[in-house]
Amino acid sequence: MTPEAVISIQALNHFFGSGRLRKQILFDVSTEIKAGEIVIMTGPSGSGKTTLLTLIGALRSAQTGMGQELQGAPTDLLVQVRRQIGYIFQAHNLLHSLTACQNVQMSLEVHPQISKRQSRQRAVAILHGVGLGEWINVYPHELSGGQKQRVAIARALVSQPKIVLADEPTAALDKKSGHDVVALMQQLAKQQGCSVLIVTHDHRILDVADRLIHMEDGRLSSTTKTATPV
Amino acid sequence: MMVLAIPLAWLQLTREKIRLVIALAGIGFAVILMLMQLGFRDALYESSVTLHHKLRGELVLISPQSNSLAAMKTFSSQRLYQTLGVEGVAAVNPIQLDFTFWKNPQTRRTRGILVLGFDPKASPFDLTEVEQNLDQIRLEDVVLFDRASREEFGSIAAMFDQGQRVVTEVSGRKVRVGGLFTLGASFASDGNIFTSDLNFVRLFSGRSLGEIDIGLIRLQPGVNPERVSQGLKAALPNDVVVLSKPEFIQFEKDYWATSTAIGFIFTLGTTMGFIVGTVIVYQILYTDVSDHLAEYATLKAMGYKSTYLFKVVLQEALILSVLGYIPGFALCLGLYELTRNATALPLFMTFSRSLTVLLLAIIMCVVSGAIALRKVQAADPADIF
Repeated sequence: MTPEAVISIQALNHFFGSGRLRKQILFDVSTEIKAGEIVIMTGPSGSGKTTLLTLIGALRSAQTGMGQELQGAPTDLLVQVRRQIGYIFQAHNLLHSLTACQNVQMSLEVHPQISKRQSRQRAVAILHGVGLGEWINVYPHELSGGQKQRVAIARALVSQPKIVLADEPTAALDKKSGHDVVALMQQLAKQQGCSVLIVTHDHRILDVADRLIHMEDGRLSSTTKTATPV
Repeated sequence: MMVLAIPLAWLQLTREKIRLVIALAGIGFAVILMLMQLGFRDALYESSVTLHHKLRGELVLISPQSNSLAAMKTFSSQRLYQTLGVEGVAAVNPIQLDFTFWKNPQTRRTRGILVLGFDPKASPFDLTEVEQNLDQIRLEDVVLFDRASREEFGSIAAMFDQGQRVVTEVSGRKVRVGGLFTLGASFASDGNIFTSDLNFVRLFSGRSLGEIDIGLIRLQPGVNPERVSQGLKAALPNDVVVLSKPEFIQFEKDYWATSTAIGFIFTLGTTMGFIVGTVIVYQILYTDVSDHLAEYATLKAMGYKSTYLFKVVLQEALILSVLGYIPGFALCLGLYELTRNATALPLFMTFSRSLTVLLLAIIMCVVSGAIALRKVQAADPADIF
């Protein structure tokens, strides 16, 4: 019971706006996510889930409480942190002009130590891993919603990040493909030993989580020990 | 390194084929506009110096008060004959020129024409037909007519070629056409006639043989014109200017470029082409960036810096400019030929003009790209996540 925490947040507050319009979004949020853990965060719209995710993902600089050096971090540092994190978006957000393989490679190109040939090999391998071995050189518009999201998963995981963040990854998918996609994330994450934080409304996928957390009105109100599969 | 791996700019541009074609058409149009405007301008300048190019001699003397062929001030022929004493000068030919009225023998209407008079011992022009007809202009009141003059002077060449005796009135004097040559109309003159110096003073009663407009100097073979020019400048008083033939050509072009509206008009036209092109490219790039905004934000979330996206947009701008230039250039060659056939203007593509317009096209696209960059800033990953 001693895997080290890869994400550690203590007493995080966050505000939007300034002056009289200044509004607090997150109140005294503290949590830890351990290596290899899959955590699902649920909560109503507007509760601050996505804000917390963007803070963890270094898409915004933290104002207070981000235990690490990310507090008021300059853009360059944010960019460095982003390269260590895999993202999966609600909309797949693939680049339309690139093939599935090129989309996956884009995520490796920010790492200059990876050669072009290696990058191609790793992209092909992980596309096989997500069951898209026959769709490597296909453009996103030729893929189904589930397939696109699987490319997005491949893109997020190909650089073997320590953390994967997913914002409503199943929102645009039907039940079957939604569950397949999350199961795939779980499988790959376990293989690579990375931690996954999923924000979702979708109760059909809660079974993959090691731990559930709940956000309400900017507070992490309850922490359920373990999800009980339905 | 990062840029070369996956040519995102190229892939994005070529993904939307129709948009690319429209963009290239727009840029090609701007390129054509600029090439045509600059071409017209240069062709007009060039047409004003066709006569100068035909001069058979390396140096000329003119009065310091002369502005252009259309505004020459006479000087004493003494100055020209003085140059024969300077080392390197082989022969001289005095040229007189003035404008007068030519009566169209068919319609009896008059029109201004340029008359050049010279010593018929030797032709001052590289025109074989003039050379062959020197005997004709030795006769009293006989002139040579430029068949490339405007039609308003009458179908002189056709009548002459049919063997008719063409007689008309010039400056109120009855003259006969004794031969033809081809030179062409210019800004200064709608038509040209050549005659002997004696006939010239017969036509212009106020003029004398001793007052000339251009002193043409032919040098001995192998001497350095620059050195002779220095010698002449030292030997002659400053009531005449010594110019080399290229300087004389430039002198005439400069007059039309600086003292008339031509330069301004066509530079304005070129600027319009530039602005139209800039707007078109901006529209294309702006739409392109807007369409890819979510993708760009995604790239930022993956750890790409804004500079990477700036590079992508600027690369797209560069690719567009070069790709749009090629069809514009090719079409323009056709348009030049069309114009040459229709107007007899000396409109030719030059290397420097094609390079100038290529650079303008690149600047045009990069400027639009730079404006479109502001839109890239709006790709904030925190907003799309």
